Amino acid sequence: MKTVSRRDRAGIPLSLAFSRATALLALLVVSIGLVACDGSAEPNDGSSASLVVGFSQIGAESDWRRANTQSIRDEAAKRGIDLRFSDAQQKKENQIKAIRSFIAQGVDVIAFSPVVETGFEQVLEEAKRAGIPVVLSDRAVEVSDDSLYVSFIGSDFEEEGRRAAQWLVDNTEGEVRVAELQGTPGSAPALDRAAGFRAVIENHDRVEIVWSQSGNFTRTEGKQAFQAFLKSPDADSVTALYAHNDDMAIGAIQAIKEAGKDPGEDIKIVSIDAVKQAFQAMIDGDLNCTVECNPLIGPQLFDIIEKVAAGESVPKRVKVEEGVFTASEAAELIDSRQY
Amino acid sequence: MADRSEGRRGKPVAWHGGPVMQALIWPVAALALLVIFNVLFTPGYLSISVVEGRLSGYLIDIFRDGSSVMLLAVGMTLVIATGGVDLSVGAIMAIAAVLSASMVTPEWNEANLGGWANAMLADRTIAWIGVVIAASLVASVLAGVWNGALVSIFKIQPIIATLVLMVAGRGVAQLVSNGRIFTYDLPALEFLGKGTILGVPFSVIIVALVAFLAIGLTRLTALGLMIEAVGDNDTASRSSGVPVRAIRFMVYMVSGLCAGIAGLIESSNVSSANANQIGLYAELDAIFAVVVGGTALTGGRFFLVGSIVGALLIQTLTNTMYAQEVRPEIALIPKALVIVAVCLLQSPEFRRKAWGVVRPGVRVGGKA
Repeated sequence: MKTVSRRDRAGIPLSLAFSRATALLALLVVSIGLVACDGSAEPNDGSSASLVVGFSQIGAESDWRRANTQSIRDEAAKRGIDLRFSDAQQKKENQIKAIRSFIAQGVDVIAFSPVVETGFEQVLEEAKRAGIPVVLSDRAVEVSDDSLYVSFIGSDFEEEGRRAAQWLVDNTEGEVRVAELQGTPGSAPALDRAAGFRAVIENHDRVEIVWSQSGNFTRTEGKQAFQAFLKSPDADSVTALYAHNDDMAIGAIQAIKEAGKDPGEDIKIVSIDAVKQAFQAMIDGDLNCTVECNPLIGPQLFDIIEKVAAGESVPKRVKVEEGVFTASEAAELIDSRQY
Repeated sequence: MADRSEGRRGKPVAWHGGPVMQALIWPVAALALLVIFNVLFTPGYLSISVVEGRLSGYLIDIFRDGSSVMLLAVGMTLVIATGGVDLSVGAIMAIAAVLSASMVTPEWNEANLGGWANAMLADRTIAWIGVVIAASLVASVLAGVWNGALVSIFKIQPIIATLVLMVAGRGVAQLVSNGRIFTYDLPALEFLGKGTILGVPFSVIIVALVAFLAIGLTRLTALGLMIEAVGDNDTASRSSGVPVRAIRFMVYMVSGLCAGIAGLIESSNVSSANANQIGLYAELDAIFAVVVGGTALTGGRFFLVGSIVGALLIQTLTNTMYAQEVRPEIALIPKALVIVAVCLLQSPEFRRKAWGVVRPGVRVGGKA
């Protein structure tokens, strides 16, 4: 066997090894430089007087969410707040990354709409340690220690359900048999809107839910589910529909029309969200009432954020201002709807 | 020893029908059982009436709601027959749907096409709808070209090649509409999903046309044989002069076209297009339909009629859940059970073993 030279055994010629070390050293120098740059950037941010807010949005899944984002961006621009906006594209991982990067950037306040309710404990603790207050918008999180966030501003889904039921009670007489199109099973708006509605009709024996199915908050599934229901013997006795959102109501309206009935007349319909298309449906006489779920929370959100930044105390739970709209006022309001 | 057992093995369940019958028997049986179940438990299941000039009934709903899965299944069958798979069909549906809804929205036209498009939309609506449909279908076929190129020219594994568009396609759709959900009120475009001819839903007529065309072209010409050859043995087909690359390319284009039509039907049924929801998980339904219909994922022999029966089976299951008012969080389980049952019945291995259990006298294993 041939003897193995030292060079071969090492695998790398000595000169090359040396140049590697040099390269490594160079890399080290560059990265130190980068870190230095990073550090020097921070005082710049601090010196400009404006408030820096990091906001992590869920995504852009609907017109409602778009209006929500737009309201936040507009309000930030109006108040001269430096808004660092990040879109999580429906992924919790992205959201956690975004919050970590806000902490690293040293923003004054972090606000976010959590994609899901759980799993934010650790990153919120990191924010707390860094001394950055967190405001939740639109959706809540489940944490064992509620000092991890300073305030939660969002719609009260249960109240929305109560209002829908109240409208139905106030605007019908005699026995009312209700069909219900629920939202995505297990989601907070679906659970709370169902509970709120039931809480009110419990006190009114003449109103009864006889059918309940999920339309998954979508038009297609709302239409398919209701189309199947309309063929059952129960359908003829049903005089009202409660849909957890406008989209499903609009799908159901199409199914009702195809079944040869008159939506809004044969079957009274009340839904939630108050999107522009619901106003159109009310003008057309197909929908009777829509309860607002208001995405335009920018002004209220930044009121809270500014207070938090100034060290003032804020309520733990802030409810969004919302209304109830009926067919009679739809025509004059439709042009003012932004979403 | 082994020789002796060989003679007994498999004999009791040998099926003597043709391969088409053999592939069809199980999904058809499952569908028939499901229909019988519904006849027993859903009042008025078989009744078909005429409401507002259109046929109405549970059975009509199955065909109508199932039209997009049936279309996808036709394209998917051809792709799977070549040994491939097309995961991007749901995303292609979204692209076609969103493009069509955008092109009939005046503000989108203003920003992206210019005033002439709106002038045409207002003055010559029908002609413009024709342009819109053509543009959406061209976009879908282009998506198929992209898949076909990755698979047949660059030899990327089909599952990966089409995964690219499955993920990116919805992004493209969002980019087209700028994340908005457009709604329209145009009877001419809504006719695709809602219209009827002599009471029959137009979408079902489209499915019938596409299915007959596909079956005719593959069974009356050598095309079907070539597709099966490509799926069976790539090298052997190439040496016998089958244009392997062209066939591969073509099946992905056909699949894209079918997905585009399905997307148009789906969105016109609700007069709006939501890039996030149109065709979500539709690729899985389509693959299910094909496999349940008797076409193996390994490629080769394919059964278009079987795939259509498979698609109907899936839709019947969904509609059964609605009719029986099964809670949505539970509905997925009976659906899965039926699909597993059909897949098991299609496996000769399972049938042989199950037969052995039913008739213990018949030896199953190799140890005679």
